[in-house]
Amino acid sequence: MADGNVVMARGMPAAVAPPQKGTLHRIARRRSTLAFLMTLPLLAVIGGLVAYPFFYALYLSMLNKRMTRFVGIDNFTFLLSRETFQAVIWQSVLFAVSAVIAKALIGFILAHVLHALPAKGQRKWRGMLLVPWVIPPAVSTLAWWWMFDPSYSAINWVLTTVGVPPVAWLGEPSWARFSVILVNVWYGAPFFMIMYLAALKSVPDQLYEAAAIDGATGWQKLRYVTVPMMKNIIAITVLFSLIVTFANFDIVRILTNGGPQDKTHIFGTYAFQVGIQSGDIPLGSAVSLFMFPILAVFAIFVLRDVTRRNKEMTG
Amino acid sequence: MSGASVTRGAVAPPTYYKVGSIKRERRWALIGAYAALAVFVVFFLTPPFYMLVTSLKSSGEIADLSGNPWIVSSPTLENYRELLTQGNYVTHFLNSVIVTLAVVAITMVISIFAAFALSRMRFWGSTMLATGVFLTYLVPETLLFIPLFQIIGGLGLYNNLLAMILIYPTLTVPFTTWIMIGYFASIPKELDEAALIDGANHFQMLWKIFIPVALPGILAAMIFAFTVSWAQFLYPMAFLVSSEQMVLTVGIVSDLIRGDTFQWGKIMAGALMAAAPPLLVYAFLMDYYIAGLTAGATKG
Repeated sequence: MADGNVVMARGMPAAVAPPQKGTLHRIARRRSTLAFLMTLPLLAVIGGLVAYPFFYALYLSMLNKRMTRFVGIDNFTFLLSRETFQAVIWQSVLFAVSAVIAKALIGFILAHVLHALPAKGQRKWRGMLLVPWVIPPAVSTLAWWWMFDPSYSAINWVLTTVGVPPVAWLGEPSWARFSVILVNVWYGAPFFMIMYLAALKSVPDQLYEAAAIDGATGWQKLRYVTVPMMKNIIAITVLFSLIVTFANFDIVRILTNGGPQDKTHIFGTYAFQVGIQSGDIPLGSAVSLFMFPILAVFAIFVLRDVTRRNKEMTG
Repeated sequence: MSGASVTRGAVAPPTYYKVGSIKRERRWALIGAYAALAVFVVFFLTPPFYMLVTSLKSSGEIADLSGNPWIVSSPTLENYRELLTQGNYVTHFLNSVIVTLAVVAITMVISIFAAFALSRMRFWGSTMLATGVFLTYLVPETLLFIPLFQIIGGLGLYNNLLAMILIYPTLTVPFTTWIMIGYFASIPKELDEAALIDGANHFQMLWKIFIPVALPGILAAMIFAFTVSWAQFLYPMAFLVSSEQMVLTVGIVSDLIRGDTFQWGKIMAGALMAAAPPLLVYAFLMDYYIAGLTAGATKG
């Protein structure tokens, strides 16, 4: 390949006249072969370790527990008829939706507050506020677990000092649900903040000046300038976060492992318990495949924005 | 939260009032802003702070319920010393380092070549592939870990670090390719034409022009790949069992909890040291870290 190019390069300066059609054709053909070769590793990763496992999961989910017999959609109907699994669906939705709303709100407020600060101090505050996102969640959740500990809880110590009765953070179903959401919000809110901050910085100042001349109040500026300008990023961040939160694993696994009484299980942790720990691979893959339709709907929305970007790039 | 609403309120007094008080308004808005920030900084930094506090306590002090848990009365580095000299913590750390370095290298090679081809050499289906790459980024690991469990078992790589090196790129490559396509696409076409006229082939063009020009993007992508593979929890949890093959994220819990005995001092010390590499990268390369995070959206 390299030889061919060198020859061509030597020929180049002499070839002031337009090159013949045949050469051009050959270059074009070789260029696309080369491009294909360059994308081959990517295709191998996506095809072999994402697309193939996905179809393999579909196949697995239609086998019986010992993987000896084809049972069709029995695993799916079996799951749907079980109360535990219905609770898992409900808990996953509750977990994802409430966590994402809280993250989006906190991120929005923090981004605005940061944006209002003088540029010099902004960096320092932003640096501190992004820390929860930087620490691996599997590691930071350990700290939360320890703070929620039934007998040594440091949060309860503060509560008792203030005069509030202690809380069984991970022991009681509704508090346990609250706790896993709280930790997820703690971890994910900085991501929203940083995305919104980037979006805020890209809103041109002239728009605010024009609004100010028209006598807009702060609230009106937010409502009619900032939010419309940030709409795209808000949408894409929320959708992306919904997918990630919905498919969460580490926080719930470490904090409650689905308990108490399976009340905090979400798809990821339940699939792990059924598929890996109890060894029912087909049923486990059926559990995770239940996520797929919901994720696909989110993905279609994200994709609409993304294809638009692709078109802008080529255009 | 209340601080922010105060800010909003302060910006919107009656118009006739406004002329003389802009300065005062701004000051109140700033005070409200700092109050809100302070509340959230406390909320965000409490867990890492408590990690540090606990890691400096002896087990006797941790078990003592009479004192204030938020302060250390007699700080000791015993937990750190024990972690680094006994048990498998160092092995886990090294395993994490090996896996992460290998994954970052593999990821960058795959995604730089692919992004170069996808952004510069249009070929049949290249736009579709670019979209497809982004789509795989949206596939969460919880969807595929069970079939992958079977596949890894079939390849004989169960309980083997190599399996991690093989699988992690599925989590990193799509997004890094996506970032690199964006960066490469922003390089002016005149540069390639100049290179072609000077007789460069495609590899020289990539090596001498694209990589140096897109270096900030490459760094951002590398940081992304690093944080993802360092933090991965589900795959090692599902595919690794023995302590010698374990990586940090799982190893801390699986090794330091024996039945009902929690060695919290050591767990927190281990957690803090596991959080250190990403925190250091973040502290020194904050701008690249943030560029990598926001690249997907701001270009949209």
